[in-house]
Amino acid sequence: MAEHLLEVRNLSVQFHTAGGTVHAVRNISWHLDRGETLAILGESGSGKSVSASAIMNLIDMPPGEITSGEVTFAGRNLLAMSDDERRAINGKRIAMIFQDPLSHLNPVFTVGWQIIEVMRIHGIAADAARARALDLLKRVGIPAPETAMRKYPHQFSGGQRQRLMIAMALALKPDIVIADEPTTALDVTVQAEVLALLDELQKETGLGLLLITHDLGVVADIADRVVVMNAGEIVETGTPDEVYHNPKHPYTRKLISAAPGRGEMHEPNAAGEPLLRVENLCKSYGSFKALKEVSFTLQPGETMAVVGESGSGKSTLARALLRLDEADSGHAYWNGRDLLKMPAKELYQLRRQMQMVFQDPTQSLNPRMTVYQLISEAWVIHPEILPKAQWRSRVEELLTQVGLSPAHAERYPHQFSGGQRQRIAIARALALRPELIVCDEAVSALDVSIQAQVIALLDKLRRELGIAFIFIAHDLPVVRDFADHVMVMQAGECVEVGTVRQIFENPQRDYTRRLLDAGLDPDPRVQAARRMPKVRAGLEVG
Amino acid sequence: MGKKMMRRIVSSFFSLVALVVMVFFLSRLTGDPAALFLPIDATQEMLDQFRELHGLNDPLIQQFGRYVWDVLHLDFGDSIRKARPAIDVVLESFTWTLQLALITIALVTALAITIGSVAAFRPGGLFDRFVSLVSLIGASAPDFWIAIVGIVVFSITLGWVPTSGTGTVWHWILPVAVLFIRPFGLILQVVRGSMLTAFGSAYVKTARAKGVGNRSIIFVHTLRNAMLPVITVIGDQAAAMLNGAVVVETIFGFPGVGKLMIDSILQRDFNVILAAIMVTALAIFVMNLLIDIAYTLLDPRLRT
Repeated sequence: MAEHLLEVRNLSVQFHTAGGTVHAVRNISWHLDRGETLAILGESGSGKSVSASAIMNLIDMPPGEITSGEVTFAGRNLLAMSDDERRAINGKRIAMIFQDPLSHLNPVFTVGWQIIEVMRIHGIAADAARARALDLLKRVGIPAPETAMRKYPHQFSGGQRQRLMIAMALALKPDIVIADEPTTALDVTVQAEVLALLDELQKETGLGLLLITHDLGVVADIADRVVVMNAGEIVETGTPDEVYHNPKHPYTRKLISAAPGRGEMHEPNAAGEPLLRVENLCKSYGSFKALKEVSFTLQPGETMAVVGESGSGKSTLARALLRLDEADSGHAYWNGRDLLKMPAKELYQLRRQMQMVFQDPTQSLNPRMTVYQLISEAWVIHPEILPKAQWRSRVEELLTQVGLSPAHAERYPHQFSGGQRQRIAIARALALRPELIVCDEAVSALDVSIQAQVIALLDKLRRELGIAFIFIAHDLPVVRDFADHVMVMQAGECVEVGTVRQIFENPQRDYTRRLLDAGLDPDPRVQAARRMPKVRAGLEVG
Repeated sequence: MGKKMMRRIVSSFFSLVALVVMVFFLSRLTGDPAALFLPIDATQEMLDQFRELHGLNDPLIQQFGRYVWDVLHLDFGDSIRKARPAIDVVLESFTWTLQLALITIALVTALAITIGSVAAFRPGGLFDRFVSLVSLIGASAPDFWIAIVGIVVFSITLGWVPTSGTGTVWHWILPVAVLFIRPFGLILQVVRGSMLTAFGSAYVKTARAKGVGNRSIIFVHTLRNAMLPVITVIGDQAAAMLNGAVVVETIFGFPGVGKLMIDSILQRDFNVILAAIMVTALAIFVMNLLIDIAYTLLDPRLRT
């Protein structure tokens, strides 16, 4: 049998924590060949990053412990090597790219220094390293490389920072590049560019690319083979096409069916008095115009999705409507009354009717309060809603409504998973019987299968309770499944508003089209067809 | 940057004015220097003459006006006790204090940063536990006690160093050592904590994946990131020392500004008190400025 470039055999890793031993991965085996892209697909906690950490010697021991297995690279077992030998391989022959390049680049050194450093430690002379760094910056598409060398990570955009990471990883022409969720923190259009760059570079250099991701779309876009992981074990291996169209394991089937963007689109029947009518809303921070003349209307019980890339003003809009930040000018009529001009007393009543669910429930729920306290706090503030005698039963009712058990009322947020915490946040919002819930990226941090469940919950609440939603999201497939209307924002401006069908099937504006095109389809065949025009467009530009 | 600096200078100036006003009137409350300076059997005539000479008969507000006017002309008045310009007396002592503070802070900074960083690299290890214990004892022991024990052990019993005074290098050893202990313990703990946080950060993972060695991870990649909170504490400690290490200076008979201030207060030498306060305030202001500059040098994100 031919030897693979990198092979992981029967690897088991466990972590000894205060809460007991966690088996991060159990007896996993996979291999990677030259010129190939292997994706490890899994949700959080599946152990998808653990083998990469083992390869790069990044597992802290203790608490980590490698209990079995070996990792062979170029015929040698990495796990049996000394630290010095492994350092000689890291960065030189196997390089790594991480999620969230802002925190993974050192904030106090220039990017030039950081790229040159990897070459210097592996024995390249200073001026040769500098010349190579300049070439690399040019190759990954950083404008003005000479100046860029002297800049610091915070002076670049998210996509550029990921390009810098890629440049750093490629500096020594490694045999293998490991990319751990390389595009997760990026906007869709930027994600498409970064994936295209990785793909090109791989073809150019023939390196083996190991891609760790939770995103079926990313797998469909660039993987040659995929390994699906769940709860520390490999459940399925195959080409993306096989795995997507003929999944064998129930978990894979569940994962694929949870992928958003393929349900029936809503057909809103707009009629009657709007619940909320926003006119020419403006907001500036200093000279930066965050919102420029934004207008839209929202009917009771309907969902307005607000989509756009980071910095487009989505969250500013939400904050201005809830009066967490004051708008500079414009109107927002709530049942006919301008809520931007309401005095404090009326606003207090209004707060009951408009609730918010935030992106990160770990941060937005007070860790020192029980679920009962978190939910009933709403009634402490608004005592007219419910007499105290009924609080307990109502909390239990709400927990049932959001799919949790009444027995959970006495637990604390940290005892729940991310998806469960988001359910608590939703129950808390429901406690006030609102007419409108503003969801700011409320499902973005959740795993796909959990995301599908939370969306189903929100949909049920809309049908049963007639709650309207302003649904801020960057993930278009989710929006497609959940929204009635969509507003596309760019640089503080409303680019296009329409029903979900109009926006997704017949977008009028270039920006909307670009946004839709940049999205990745989980079906490898659809995605391959979608890539062709993009590649052609790329060739024309290049 | 320039604008921020201007604001800083202006606000510091107002603080200094407020301080001078307060100290001027408060020190007058302690009583009349004439009673302390003249012999106990001095005649009324001598007392009147002394008061007239030093302008103590004028209304307080007039004395204050005159003082401010003189200060604006860089005349800080004379020391009653030493019959020389107060500012000369103060600067002489301040030079001693400045040397003592600089030597001590330099030693503290160098040692606390190196030892704290290494300790944080393997938290809970033998070295870390030993260092934590020592620094905790250091940070909690009262300096007057350490000073006295130091004199008893090293000067009297062993006879290695002189008990007090100045003159040779040997005279400096005990004062510096005693002053060193407490800030060393404190700063070491801050360095250790700050480094621990920094070791957990994502860029350290990147450095490991690049193949960077441990020494470079500690002293290049993390140290600079971990220094910001440390610098603040170093600044606080240095400020305390510039104010004069009263206890240590008194015990070791060290002619610093702390000892000078205490003596001047006890003897109601008002001009010296005021001049000393202005000089130390200026020194602390300059030091804070240096810390601000160090901040921006260390962290490029603060440069905008």
